[in-house]
Amino acid sequence: MSYLRPSFRHPLLPKNELGFTRADYEGAISTLCAGCGHDSISGAIVQACFEMALEPHRVAKLSGIGCSSKTPTYYLSHSHGFNTVHGRMPSVATGAYLANRELIYLGVSGDGDTASIGMGQFVHAIRRNLNIVYIVMNNGCYGLTKGQHSATADAGSKTKDGGLNPFEAIDLVGLALELGATFVGRSFSGDKTQLVPLIQAAMTHPGFAFIDVLSPCVTFNNKPDSTKSYDYVRAHIEATATIDFVPEKKEILVDYAEGDAREVKLHDGSMIHLRKLAPNWDPRSRTSAMNRLHDAKSRGEILTGLLYIDQDSQDLHELEQTVARPLNSLQEADLCPGSGVLAGINAKFR
Amino acid sequence: MQQLSGVNDLVVRFANVNGTGSASANFLFAKAIVRMGIPVTPKNIFPSNIQGLPTWYEVRVSEKGYLGRRDGIDVLVCVNPQSMARDVASVRPGGYFLYDNTKKLPDELIREDIHYLGIPMMELAMHTYRDPRQRQLFKNIIYVGALSLLLDMEFSVLEEMIADQFKKKEKLIPLNIQALELGRTYVREHYAYPLPIRLERRDLVGDRIVIDGNTACGLGALYAGATVAAWYPITPSTSVAQAFEHYAQKLRIDPETGKKKYAVIQAEDELAAIGMVIGAAWNGARAFTATSGPGVSLMNEFIGLAYFAEIPVVLINVQRAGPSTGMPTRTQQADILSTAYASHGDTKHVLLLPSTPQECFSMTADAFDLADRLQTPIMVMTDLDLGMNDHLSDPLVWDDERRYDRGKVLSAEDLDRVEKFGRYLDVDGDGIPYRTIPGTHPTKGSFFTRGTSRDEYARYTEDGAAYVRNVDRLSKKWDTAKGLVPPAIFYQDGKQNETGMLFFGTTTYAALEAMDQLAEEGLQIDAMRLRAFPFGPEVADFLASHQQVFVVEQNRDAQLRSLLINELEIDPRKLIPVLNYDGMPITAARIRGHLVEELTHVAVSNR
Repeated sequence: MSYLRPSFRHPLLPKNELGFTRADYEGAISTLCAGCGHDSISGAIVQACFEMALEPHRVAKLSGIGCSSKTPTYYLSHSHGFNTVHGRMPSVATGAYLANRELIYLGVSGDGDTASIGMGQFVHAIRRNLNIVYIVMNNGCYGLTKGQHSATADAGSKTKDGGLNPFEAIDLVGLALELGATFVGRSFSGDKTQLVPLIQAAMTHPGFAFIDVLSPCVTFNNKPDSTKSYDYVRAHIEATATIDFVPEKKEILVDYAEGDAREVKLHDGSMIHLRKLAPNWDPRSRTSAMNRLHDAKSRGEILTGLLYIDQDSQDLHELEQTVARPLNSLQEADLCPGSGVLAGINAKFR
Repeated sequence: MQQLSGVNDLVVRFANVNGTGSASANFLFAKAIVRMGIPVTPKNIFPSNIQGLPTWYEVRVSEKGYLGRRDGIDVLVCVNPQSMARDVASVRPGGYFLYDNTKKLPDELIREDIHYLGIPMMELAMHTYRDPRQRQLFKNIIYVGALSLLLDMEFSVLEEMIADQFKKKEKLIPLNIQALELGRTYVREHYAYPLPIRLERRDLVGDRIVIDGNTACGLGALYAGATVAAWYPITPSTSVAQAFEHYAQKLRIDPETGKKKYAVIQAEDELAAIGMVIGAAWNGARAFTATSGPGVSLMNEFIGLAYFAEIPVVLINVQRAGPSTGMPTRTQQADILSTAYASHGDTKHVLLLPSTPQECFSMTADAFDLADRLQTPIMVMTDLDLGMNDHLSDPLVWDDERRYDRGKVLSAEDLDRVEKFGRYLDVDGDGIPYRTIPGTHPTKGSFFTRGTSRDEYARYTEDGAAYVRNVDRLSKKWDTAKGLVPPAIFYQDGKQNETGMLFFGTTTYAALEAMDQLAEEGLQIDAMRLRAFPFGPEVADFLASHQQVFVVEQNRDAQLRSLLINELEIDPRKLIPVLNYDGMPITAARIRGHLVEELTHVAVSNR
């Protein structure tokens, strides 16, 4: 049972440009474990949408199966949602996006849902540059089935009941970069300052915007030696930059030291200001992002932030050369060639 | 030696090597006969291979208009040394074996009871053409030329067809005509012609067309307004998506921008293909996939989601011989049960059963209306024979007055009027709830779609009572479907006989021919052709009112018979299976033989 929040709103709650309060972007009360990283990510999604003044009904939220995939009920209750089948959200999202290119698609998945059963679909959604914000709530374990290792679990880590994982972890960020994803970021559920603008930037990106969010599982994988525990992430996090998302209409100037700041112009004219923290890195260069990622990994650090963005990204509809109007809005007159044309087709078969 | 004779009643089989360009020559032969006003039915018998293996093309010519396959080869045209022994053996006594005698025929291939017509095709081609590829291609045209004289085909028809075919490559016209003439000249100089089995112009074709079912399905989807097609290559369904795309490229391009009013995605697998269809349909577009048995197996999980979450899906299943990879280039109707009950839990799906290309077109189009109306997967069940072979079919028909039935979809204005929207609320008592498309209304109508149990307002619940209410409503919807699907077709007025025959899909041609033969022998039976599952009341009535019913189908386990027994609670003893499952289209002779045996047996045991 999802619990509904009380509908009472304090009259003095801050409102966004559309007159919505933050509460208008919330959903049912979470049924995840207390302290679950995923709830913080849900909070960041609410915050991001509220600040961007998105019309909630213009967002479609999709997920697969697992703890992470349950979260879409916990935010954006005025948006349509689709809890699909395990590992197959990318294909459903692809179909949905083909039908209507005008909505914002928010895909939420977990490390089990994406890095194992859903790996094939994840890879191909990247290949097609599906226009979606694809968030993996990554905790290194299968929470909903009681803590089995996932494919992102650290080699040598143990489950709560002692099972050893002998296999190397899959790094989804490295994979996404290698596959040609046009927007790749990593963040931490406990770092809203970074996560909120990252989600906002992802939402304006025309293409596959992947954010791997380390999101500790407090029940099964918050052990001190886990690289997905709160303590470990806090101790080893290294941000590439601090991020400010600046909507198109609110251009602000930030006083950065020359050479330290990077401004990345997004598709719709909005900007991301990145104050650079990591040396030898340029968010517009895939090679530099990959090098920097390997470098951090070898030093046991977790590199976060917007790692790579392709400013010339062409999404699935552009690649497919479809009309600007959403396909789901086309009517008989647009679609049906009529009996006259059919008579001509028949004649060719005589 | 037995002498065959007759006009417009013969089977010609071509034995070729695949990948040698024989298909277009063989089609030229078949189509020319149609242009002479004579009904033909061609069958392509091909391996799962691209180049180098034996392939056959069989053309049955029937003055009576029978369109099923017929056993007994009257003329065999052999250009494949690999299969020659088998081909010689396949000719009926008194028949003709036309072969390339550039090389001498081995003695062991000489039968006393058939005629041999040697034509030095290779030698003629080598002598006339320089380019090696042309030599190979024109070898095929040479045998068509030879046949044209032997069977008394009208040469002007062939000339006209060649001129049509190479309208854009005019240089090839004289070369082709020359090849035809080479064959004709050789026959003229060496053999008596025409043969005693031959052709003669008639006016029996009318406005019918020669088209394969997959092309018709693709066109049906186009006319029905499909905008998203997602598919994964699999024989024999591949050409459905390709036909859709082919015609969409011509007919669905925005003239101003040159952009597409459709999207065709070749998915990474069948799972993704059906996932895309579900996503697109959930979001308000008409979407479809085409696949075959192995694809349906892979799609099972998603089909259950679409059934339970109530999302319109159109799936065209071009069946082939299973199980597993089975005989991927041979035909069967063997996915009836696996498709009717696809997925885990209690599921049932609507099946449409076309038997001609015209029905492939109309039923594919209807499938979109039904899917939207019933908010559930609709499976169009064709097979390799229907899908990939050319058939003489009534022309495709579209009524310009027809409007798409998008079913119960609430607009923003509707939502403003609705007190409280319940996605799974049975407002009209027909088991079909109202749905909303994402992005419709700023504050009303949003809901969460899921494969898990929920209440009438789409709220997650594991309450047993709410679950039962929901699945019982789905049963009610199933009952509603019975009144919406195309009803069975009968071939007599009311009940005429105690014995009936039931068939569907590509079994129809052979079944009707068998009925004719039986009638000529004084054995009258009633017949019904099924066109859909769930079965309507007319199906139950037919079965109830007949003492015994032969159920003719093309699979080993009499799957449709099982479905009838299961769904209509029919006494199994009443339903006698007539089966064919060797991968070749069923013949009238097989049906007739089985019926005669059964009926005689019954007559004897009743004595």
